[in-house]
Amino acid sequence: MDVKSWTFLIVGLTFALYIAIAIWARAGSTREFYVAGGGVHPVANGMATAADWMSAASFISMAGLISFMGYDGSVYLMGWTGGYVLLALLLAPYLRKFGRFTVPDFVGDRYYSRTARLVAVVCAIFVSFTYVAGQMRGVGVVFGRFLEVPVETGVVIGMGVVLFYAVLGGMKGITYTQVAQYCVLIFAFMVPAIFISILMTGVAVPQLGFGSNLAGEVGSRIAGGETISLLAKLDGLHAELGFAPYTSGSKGLVDVFCITLALMVGTAGLPHVIIRFYTVPRVRDARTSAGWALLFIAVLYTAAPAVGAFARTNLIDVVEGARYAESSETDAAKTIPAWFKNWENSGLIAWVDKDGDGRVRYRSGAPFDGKPAFESGPTDEAGRGVSGERLVTNAPSAGENELYIDRDIMVLANPEIAGLPNWVIALVAAGGLAAALSTAAGLLLVISTAVSHDLLKRTFFPQIRESRELAAARISAGVAVIFAGLLGIYPPGFVAQVVAFAFGLAASSFFPAILLGIFSRRMNREGAISGMVAGITFTAGYIVWFKFVAPETNTAEHWWFGISPEGIGALGMALNFAVAIAVAKFTPPPPPEIQALVSSVRVPKGAGGAQAH
Amino acid sequence: MAARAYWRANLRLLGLLLSIWFAVSFGCGILFAEPLNEYQLPGTGFPLGFWFAQAGSIYTFCVLIFVYVVAMKRLDRRYGVSED
Repeated sequence: MDVKSWTFLIVGLTFALYIAIAIWARAGSTREFYVAGGGVHPVANGMATAADWMSAASFISMAGLISFMGYDGSVYLMGWTGGYVLLALLLAPYLRKFGRFTVPDFVGDRYYSRTARLVAVVCAIFVSFTYVAGQMRGVGVVFGRFLEVPVETGVVIGMGVVLFYAVLGGMKGITYTQVAQYCVLIFAFMVPAIFISILMTGVAVPQLGFGSNLAGEVGSRIAGGETISLLAKLDGLHAELGFAPYTSGSKGLVDVFCITLALMVGTAGLPHVIIRFYTVPRVRDARTSAGWALLFIAVLYTAAPAVGAFARTNLIDVVEGARYAESSETDAAKTIPAWFKNWENSGLIAWVDKDGDGRVRYRSGAPFDGKPAFESGPTDEAGRGVSGERLVTNAPSAGENELYIDRDIMVLANPEIAGLPNWVIALVAAGGLAAALSTAAGLLLVISTAVSHDLLKRTFFPQIRESRELAAARISAGVAVIFAGLLGIYPPGFVAQVVAFAFGLAASSFFPAILLGIFSRRMNREGAISGMVAGITFTAGYIVWFKFVAPETNTAEHWWFGISPEGIGALGMALNFAVAIAVAKFTPPPPPEIQALVSSVRVPKGAGGAQAH
Repeated sequence: MAARAYWRANLRLLGLLLSIWFAVSFGCGILFAEPLNEYQLPGTGFPLGFWFAQAGSIYTFCVLIFVYVVAMKRLDRRYGVSED
């Protein structure tokens, strides 16, 4: 069977599975809709959290990003895993003991204030929408590339599936589909990773192959008879071609420190991750569940840098100095492989033969400005150059580099690069969809509960009947899916720019407010609100300034203390803490019943009951 | 009073685990990564600082959470605040 039939088959099967689970796990009450009745097994919740957390970006883009950034890519690896330690130790067990449904619930109750609740609701909705737009786009892209349907159709199909199980099952439906989605995505990620590891190093475990000597079918050719470790060879290749060394950094130390901290704290403060810990039966399960979640996430997060390094070494070896046109001459020099031309046809690779020698020269620096603008479509022979390459209209840069490669192809093209069978390629498509859909569903749930629970029930209509609240939750989930789909079909140009926002805002608003709410009995309404407002205003102001108002000054010499907008959430968090503690010192302490609430949150005994599934 | 002693024991444990959390990621993986890269993780081709940044810190995070789970279970029992 060809790739397309395989893809239809595997994607179709996984979708049928998700829908079947959704029908089985319908939600009958608001408690089931919001927190799956609080009866999810900690291991299942760990898996669901892992799928919820690992988005299209983790699955498709991260390994490629690390592949091109080398050591500097570590900020994502540490940042997106280290947050779970904070979550497990500082937040999850206490929030489970508190035992309501949402993050604004905690902020509103702990700080006995509608204003605090509203600030939290606005942040939760903003953070989630920022994120969900990217997921829907990811769904569209996977459909577009593997099934050759237009991106818009892909988004609509994805919307339909999410709509079905999110609206019907709420948190309960989402949780069990996410368990299935985790299995699909991790399998889809690991199969090609294992094959590539064997090809490059002869070791079947990518995490170990990463630190081994080059061996195996492709590896020994690259090593050329030498005994040399993969990373040493990669550093050597980088030095030869003028790239910065792979295993050491080129970003400023302060910036790397702050980005990592902002991502960690932001992860711990993201509402769609936090609410997952309301779904387990006991406080003890919330702790265990965070451990399982990180373990499941770590499987992918420790394989991704290995895949990045394998793909990078292989790419440089295959591409550098290769002749583009096939020739009949018995020339010892290598020619460009077929996958290169396939991805060139998709527009994700472009080559400009600056010196006219018919061979690809890969060096540091951009080959031309921006993304490639091709003269004509891939089937038009008139738009091709002397060697048969697709011509671009971009003005070439002064540098020597002739090659443009989109980072996203690293994971998607891996099976082709390694010459794996068609079903593996189809599996990767299904894995990308699973990653995108599971994250989108988790985010949509946050948005719908923020509207039906935090706004309707807790703020404006406290008398609302449960059945009406449940209906409102379903309607707002539906509206949110459609809105998110529209963002996927008509992506605002700034989506990529605002991802820093999501983490920065979560880091500078929720994390300090929740942490102080648990660890300081003295923290009061005035302190928490002024801390959140100061943190958000500072962080948002800094990001908006460098991303939108004066993007031309977005360089290291203009940044405060050398901190980029991606890392400014760390400073925003510090500011939030400082302002909150200072203001609380000069304002009256919280009422006795709130202090009693804090005391009760600190001990596991007496957590609210659960309901078995 | 048991609740207060329980909380203090909890904070001590958090202090210890979070120091390790900080040391492996921000310490070995970032601040001292460059000097540590002079050495290799024994038996592998990993420069040590690079290994901490891209693998070692993640393994340590996993271990830390499970140590916390076990230690807290004990604390819960010892101070009689366990859920069952």
